[in-house]
Amino acid sequence: MSGDEPAVRVRGLRMSYGTHEVLTGVDFDVRQGEVVCLLGPNGAGKTTTIEVLEGFRSPSAGEVRVLGVDPDEGDDAWRARVGVVLQSWRDHPRWTPRRLLTYLAGYFEPWSTPAHPRPWDVEKLLATVGLTDDGDRKIATLSGGRRRRLDVAVGLIGRPELLFLDEPTAGFDPQARRDFHDLAHRLSDMEGTSILLTTHDLGEAERLADRILVLAGGTIVADGSAEALTRQVAATSEVRWAEDGERFVHATEEPIPFVRQLLAQHGAELTDLEVRRASLEDTYIAMVARYESAAPGTRHLAGVTR
Amino acid sequence: MNPATRRAVRQGLRRGWTEFLQSVRSPQDQGFYLFTGVVTLAVLWFNRDNEVGETGLRYPTYALPSILGALLVFGVLIGPAYSLAMEREDGTLLRHKALPHGMSGYVTGQLTMQSLSLVPSLLVVLVPSLLLFDDVMSRGAAGWLAVAGLITLGMLATLPWGMVLGSVVPGVQKVGTWGMLPVLVIVAISGIFTPVQAMWGWVQAVAQVFPVYWLGLGLRSAFLPPEAVVGELGGSWRTGTVVLVLTAWAVAGLVVAPRVLRRMARRQSGSVVEAARESALQWVR
Repeated sequence: MSGDEPAVRVRGLRMSYGTHEVLTGVDFDVRQGEVVCLLGPNGAGKTTTIEVLEGFRSPSAGEVRVLGVDPDEGDDAWRARVGVVLQSWRDHPRWTPRRLLTYLAGYFEPWSTPAHPRPWDVEKLLATVGLTDDGDRKIATLSGGRRRRLDVAVGLIGRPELLFLDEPTAGFDPQARRDFHDLAHRLSDMEGTSILLTTHDLGEAERLADRILVLAGGTIVADGSAEALTRQVAATSEVRWAEDGERFVHATEEPIPFVRQLLAQHGAELTDLEVRRASLEDTYIAMVARYESAAPGTRHLAGVTR
Repeated sequence: MNPATRRAVRQGLRRGWTEFLQSVRSPQDQGFYLFTGVVTLAVLWFNRDNEVGETGLRYPTYALPSILGALLVFGVLIGPAYSLAMEREDGTLLRHKALPHGMSGYVTGQLTMQSLSLVPSLLVVLVPSLLLFDDVMSRGAAGWLAVAGLITLGMLATLPWGMVLGSVVPGVQKVGTWGMLPVLVIVAISGIFTPVQAMWGWVQAVAQVFPVYWLGLGLRSAFLPPEAVVGELGGSWRTGTVVLVLTAWAVAGLVVAPRVLRRMARRQSGSVVEAARESALQWVR
């Protein structure tokens, strides 16, 4: 793979099940070392997209390159470079995290190169995901959050160049969530790992992602950083203030002139002035709503979870 | 075989051994072994004074070889069927699909684990029988050697089909209908508990298509004294045919199983596992 080829390149990706089109033409790139977050309502095709990229599902049409290879034809050498964090299921209940990771690590040893040694050292990885103390407990006895940490460790064990995560922090408590964000930052900064993740947590997308993609109705409807997306939708800001103990709220698209005027008129009596920009959540809701009112014929919100 | 494949096979052997140890240490599996042992021995014990037909043999002596054959077939058909169906649904298989050469490792692991599991399941019946009943083995060392050979051949003839069964059953809850039921019927008509001559002619013909009858026959020829041959169809041990039929099943299985396994593995993805989980939680449809 050449230096500037993106880690993931998707052009015109389509996917249909029978007559039902889940993806109607998806285009995007993930550059090397970039953290990209795929957002979208349930049934928008996030999981389908990720599964195509993971090589677990053949697309109906379109060009897909993952680390320079068509995942549909990805061989084992390609497989060794890609990490997949799967949803937590009930597998390996009788194994311990240490034993399972040691076992899985063995598959990656033949693929180690001086430039890119594999796999991760199991003890170091356990420490990194915060499972050292639970390393010898039966997996069946781990709590949901601990299991999820193990899932992340399993995805990382081969020191992948590209990591796919499908809703990695579902079921995490706030501390575990923060730990996971730190880990993702560390991976992308220090290891240069490219990361593509899906999530429903907009705060997470905002904190974690270099770039956010919004998938709605089978196509990418927005692509940019959290700030850019918020600007793009030109969302309204909320100005709140109190005057003589009475509280006021005013929504405006031009908060600065409004506040200037407000200060000029009531400067002395004002207390508690607060200006809030639209959050990513507001932006996202507005964006999906806008898409859906624009294309009422192609809405597939409810029901489809593939 | 390239080094990566070799490594994956080694991982699979290690996996099989680990899973086997975990199984024999688990109260659940110990309970299962104990149950099969106690039930089988009870059947033999309560019939210990019955004589079988014109062979002049006591029931335990006559039935034990065939029962061992049936236990083997049942174990290596139903064992992998349940394992594969379960591990498809719980995500084990998908984890391996995400590894380089993961499927080779997984299948090696299954084969190792299922073969090793035969040892305790046969021993829980064989060892107490040797202590409780007389004349279990009347052919000495040569007989034991033949038993070992037949068990190996019998395993080769049936284990691949267990993997096929596990790949085609739609889900864990269907293993009973798709797997257990047909296997139990075949075992019932294959002359395990009663000589096959007691069945109608066409049932005897059907029984002789499947490996259970032939494995039972082969094991009887290895355990029982030569005179007992009068109790068999045509008054012959038909040793050549035993080897031929079992080998044919083995070859067919080794041709079919990898294809079916590959096809099954190709269809695995996160959403398939998720759908299986949803459907397992949904009792009423």
